[in-house]
Amino acid sequence: MAALSRIWGVVAMPIISILLSVIVGSLVIVAAEWLVGGTLEFGLAIDAYSALISGSLGSFNAVVNTLVSSTPLLLGGLSVGLAFKAGLFNIGAQGQFLIGALCAVIVGVWFRESPSIIGIPLSILAGMAGGAAWGFIPGFLKATSGAHEVVTTIMLNFVAIAILAAMVAGPLDAPGSPSPITLDVGNAALPVIIGRNGHIGLIIAPIMAVLYGFLLYRTTLGFEIRTAGANADAARYAGMSPRFLLVLTMSLAGMLAGMAGAFELLGVTKNMTASFGTTVGFDAIAVALLGRTSPFGIVLAALLFGALRTGAAAMQIQAGVPRELVDVLQATILFFLVASPVIQRVLRIRGAGSGLEDSTAFAKSYGGEAGTR
Amino acid sequence: MDGLIDLVYSIPLIGLVLQFLGYLLATLPDIAPITLRAAVPIAFAALCGVMCERSGVVNIGIEGTMLTAAFVGWASGVFLLPVLGASAPIVFGITPVLLIALGLALLSGLLVASVHAWLSISVRADQIITGTIINIAAFGITGYLNTLMAKTSPTGAGSFSPLTTPEGIKDVPILGWLVATLLAQGPLTISLLILVIVLQVFLFRSRWGLRTRAVGEHPRAAETVGIDVIRLRYRNVIAAGGVAAMGGAFLSMEATASFQQNMTAGRGFIGLAAMIVGRWSPLGAFGAALLFASTQGLGQSIKIVPPAGQLGEILGSLPGQFFDALPYLVTIIVLAGVVGRSIPPAADGVPYEREAAS
Repeated sequence: MAALSRIWGVVAMPIISILLSVIVGSLVIVAAEWLVGGTLEFGLAIDAYSALISGSLGSFNAVVNTLVSSTPLLLGGLSVGLAFKAGLFNIGAQGQFLIGALCAVIVGVWFRESPSIIGIPLSILAGMAGGAAWGFIPGFLKATSGAHEVVTTIMLNFVAIAILAAMVAGPLDAPGSPSPITLDVGNAALPVIIGRNGHIGLIIAPIMAVLYGFLLYRTTLGFEIRTAGANADAARYAGMSPRFLLVLTMSLAGMLAGMAGAFELLGVTKNMTASFGTTVGFDAIAVALLGRTSPFGIVLAALLFGALRTGAAAMQIQAGVPRELVDVLQATILFFLVASPVIQRVLRIRGAGSGLEDSTAFAKSYGGEAGTR
Repeated sequence: MDGLIDLVYSIPLIGLVLQFLGYLLATLPDIAPITLRAAVPIAFAALCGVMCERSGVVNIGIEGTMLTAAFVGWASGVFLLPVLGASAPIVFGITPVLLIALGLALLSGLLVASVHAWLSISVRADQIITGTIINIAAFGITGYLNTLMAKTSPTGAGSFSPLTTPEGIKDVPILGWLVATLLAQGPLTISLLILVIVLQVFLFRSRWGLRTRAVGEHPRAAETVGIDVIRLRYRNVIAAGGVAAMGGAFLSMEATASFQQNMTAGRGFIGLAAMIVGRWSPLGAFGAALLFASTQGLGQSIKIVPPAGQLGEILGSLPGQFFDALPYLVTIIVLAGVVGRSIPPAADGVPYEREAAS
């Protein structure tokens, strides 16, 4: 009984939030159609959701597609989650993802005709290193000058987009191509292990989730990261170095996001255009929050949002409902999670936590005195 | 004279810097208006940030607030145009349709800000997370409706236009240039210039300003002397939403006459950086916004009129994307350089809890 109620405490609010957001989503679908198209059609919401579900889970291929789009979300969620644990808000997963993919394509194209056994690991490592470097910058800036990571990481996202566009249009542009596009990564592409496009990242990403849990809860370093995140002063008095932990955590977070970029490039697109890059970095924030920064929770949240992103394409084609619905759903899920104290009072739910308890210290260090002492 | 300049310009490195300064001086009259226009949305965002944070509420949802207002301003124009019909503008290109659309845009800003205010003041949620939620929601809902509306290829209601200054005045040295730069602008740009001064005076010279700063520094002390902390924070955050909305409306109703997906492009966040660099004061924030925007003006100017000589060769060899990234790079560098000496309000980002009556 005690165990049951503990599980209920953990999962109640996420589940309620998801259900409520589905209702809000239906209202948006019907109201928007009425506003723009002038017709009041209640069936449209049902059409949209059924297209969403069949597009993401309706067939073997659909399920594999869902797993493929969950993979970068899982790694991105771990990236944001790790930063959360250290009291940092990594909105820069998007930029780290892009730089990771860029480094992976550079190395991948370089080794496109070499044996896969050399090309693949090197390309993935390059992506991880690139992402780590892009995460190191805001970490280092915060540790040395106190510049808040929320502003610097967002700025770095835009810088990453510009670098990517310049590289794809410039030195990486394949000769003779009509529009800017890199060469194919050839032998460095990830091997397919399931279905048409289920690449090996599908296995590696969950392993990273296990490592994430091991690092945070079974190692001294993880303990120090969590302590510094909960109370930097306490960590300092205990002889830890919050500044060093800050830089290290941001670099590790960047590495995870960079790995996501490498998998997306080597396993899915296999080359890069200037429009490469989805909303992975921003979905990752929702994944980390909904998954309550726990490894298992992040896996489940990544599967949910992966399914939504996959099904959204089918929804747009079959029901004519724009795929941005997924962003609306994401925002409403988070809204209800954040508002959960109120929701619990209204719905008379007892003993459930919002799951955001251990990530409520970012705003306090805003403006930058934290970490400079 | 020319020979001397060439000689000075040919000194390695220092010559390059001098060439750059010379280019800046020569093109300043062209760069200044571009810079001011580029600074408008950033400055509105920064003023919104100042109003929120001076009362102790962190708002990173400015980006989303602006995006929502930009969309609402444009979309209401689309919906209202067939109803009210087009009419000839008198001044500033103002038509009844545009005026109502602007009103609705401001209203949407107030509404979005109310959500942020409720979550961060009453629910006492983490303010960075609530701001992020607003950004995701704004991105989603504007993108969703924009995609739906694009199917019908809608006609917008146009945009505000700059004030036409008398012909003769432009020929007067300095004064003419000042008038052309500051007054030959749209109504929202001119509102910004007024708002910066008004806010600067009110924040440091009025009762509201004193109370706002007190609540941002030490809410408990403020409450003890009878200031309603919760109500003041609500008022400030919601009013600030209207200010951010003006920045959004500027993008879709003055700078352009259309809406594009995610058209704010991080300006709300650059505005936050401007607020920090400007030390949470309206004038300082406006100055920082001008600094960040000047990179954009410079980038455009270099694309149109490339500088001559060695400097031109170097700048010409850079990829065009370098100038796209420049505002963001400068923001990071200035922020990292300044932030250590820029101290936020003490209670910034800390939700206020009334002491239980005992």
